[in-house]
Amino acid sequence: MKAVETTAPAPAVAARPRRPARRGRAVAAAVTAAALLAAVPLVLGAYPVSMMTRMLAFAVLVLSVDLLTGITGMPTLGQAAYFGVGAYTAALVGVHLTSDGAVQVAAALLAGLAAAAVTGWIAVRAHGIVFLMLTLAIGESVHQLADTWSLVGGGNGLAGMPPVSVLGTALPAAGFVYWWVLAVAAAAFAVVALVARSPYGRTLRGIRDNEARMRALGYRPGPAKFGVFCLAGAVAAVGGALWAAQVRFVSPGDLGFEVAALALLSVVIGGSGTLWGPCLGAALVLLVRDNLSAHVGGHGALVLGAVFVAVVFTMPRGLAGLARRPRRTEARS
Amino acid sequence: MDTYLVTVLNGLAMGSLLFAIALGLSLVFGMMDVLNLAHGAIYLVGAYVAVALTGDGAGPAMFVAAVLAAAAAGAVLGGALAGMTRATPHHLDQALLTLGVALVVAESLTVVFGSDVHSLAAPAPLDGGVQILGQTYPVYRLLVIAFGAILALVVYRLVERSRLGAVIRATVADRAMVSALGIDTGRVLVGVFAAGAALAAVGGVLAGPILGAQPGLDEKVLLLALVVVVVGGLGSVRGALLGAVLIGQVQALGVALLPEYASFLLFAAMAAVLLMRPAGLLPAPTAVRA
Repeated sequence: MKAVETTAPAPAVAARPRRPARRGRAVAAAVTAAALLAAVPLVLGAYPVSMMTRMLAFAVLVLSVDLLTGITGMPTLGQAAYFGVGAYTAALVGVHLTSDGAVQVAAALLAGLAAAAVTGWIAVRAHGIVFLMLTLAIGESVHQLADTWSLVGGGNGLAGMPPVSVLGTALPAAGFVYWWVLAVAAAAFAVVALVARSPYGRTLRGIRDNEARMRALGYRPGPAKFGVFCLAGAVAAVGGALWAAQVRFVSPGDLGFEVAALALLSVVIGGSGTLWGPCLGAALVLLVRDNLSAHVGGHGALVLGAVFVAVVFTMPRGLAGLARRPRRTEARS
Repeated sequence: MDTYLVTVLNGLAMGSLLFAIALGLSLVFGMMDVLNLAHGAIYLVGAYVAVALTGDGAGPAMFVAAVLAAAAAGAVLGGALAGMTRATPHHLDQALLTLGVALVVAESLTVVFGSDVHSLAAPAPLDGGVQILGQTYPVYRLLVIAFGAILALVVYRLVERSRLGAVIRATVADRAMVSALGIDTGRVLVGVFAAGAALAAVGGVLAGPILGAQPGLDEKVLLLALVVVVVGGLGSVRGALLGAVLIGQVQALGVALLPEYASFLLFAAMAAVLLMRPAGLLPAPTAVRA
């Protein structure tokens, strides 16, 4: 990696080692955010808490999109498929085997990993927009499979999932499900953050910035990209399991084109490449879809489409791009 | 044997429609690396134009009017998309832009036409059947197959044998070189974008009596068109034709034999082609790219 930094003019700003003061601030911010999020059920009512539970699950999906799009430079519209694989696996495990949340998450993780390994083997051979095209084709194929396959309920979806239990105790209220989802989502965030800062994460950023140079330096982009694709599939599937734990109903709409588009929109709004930006973007996008939608006669997609167009023209680097401006223009503390 | 004949004919009709729809997607992608995710929505515009104009069993005159109206609407939308995408430099931003337009257009159609499933009848003199080897087959689908064959011939003449076609092919291969020769590639791009979108919208009208019109159809059609383009090879007319015929057959066979797994079969076909020929079956000859 050193060689890259000395030869490349500006390989990747984020690949620069962080100064200790900044690292301390990042840890403090993470702890504060976790504490604030954990306090939510103590303050808010049942509906906002279940809303935030869905946001957390969706944020895990967005995290996986960011891992591919922002960090590795492989724009994807197919992660909703693995999200759906995770959600369906968790729901099937919940209906037929056990209501244990940990088992459901583990089963979803393995299923997502397997699905990503099978499909990614073909997808990672492509670059850039062709990769986007392939992931979209994969995502839509899985969506239509879920829509027609009677084993998983077909177009009617999969209902009848019992409430999730953790360590043998059922979680009766929305707040307890929220804490469970928050714990798993935080773990997923930590794993992705660790990967992003590891030497492997730097290899991925190197591939994003200049794949030919990375190959010339002796790295093997193919296996690295396949690895991150599998990891992203597993993360997205965990998000799906969390979604199923809250909603307790999975339908083909949960892995459709719109979900994939919203996940990518969240990454772009939040600023691809950072991890916290897309998570904020996920919360914002879901808030718009589920709450604003009611005010415009159920046509939230209309608003989101307009937001898409506006974001492309006005905020090419997203919320994180705004925060990264020079200090004198920064309005926030 | 006879039921297979029906399946093969259905596949050919589907392939004809897919060729009309995928052609624009493929050429635009080949020329400016823009993945037009609004292509399915433009198709849906055509389908709903057919619902609006021929919804209650209109005659052939109204059907022709619907085709022309859809072509005009598609051309306007395509031109607008071309203008918007040319205003943003990054390929991902361009794809996102078309994605936003796709959401807005599809949702607007739902606002206007509701979320009901509309089915359409073929125009009056063509809605009968004809006997082929003891099987009754709809005349309209045979005409769709004929339309696909004629379209393929016309487009082949235009792209492979005319001066305009030479400019289009050269723009796919090396846009910078063409503009260095004094040709306004911007106009070529907007023209191809508009023409491709118009064809997709016309495809929507023609597919009306076969596929109907409903929310969500835009995604299904976009998926089929993407698979056609990936299988056939980017930016090539012959590739789009071969891909369309192939995927039409796979789709018809899948729906006839394994309806639950038809989409899985589609993915398997795409995967098989990509494993053997990563650039598709008949890709356009392109300049060396970084």
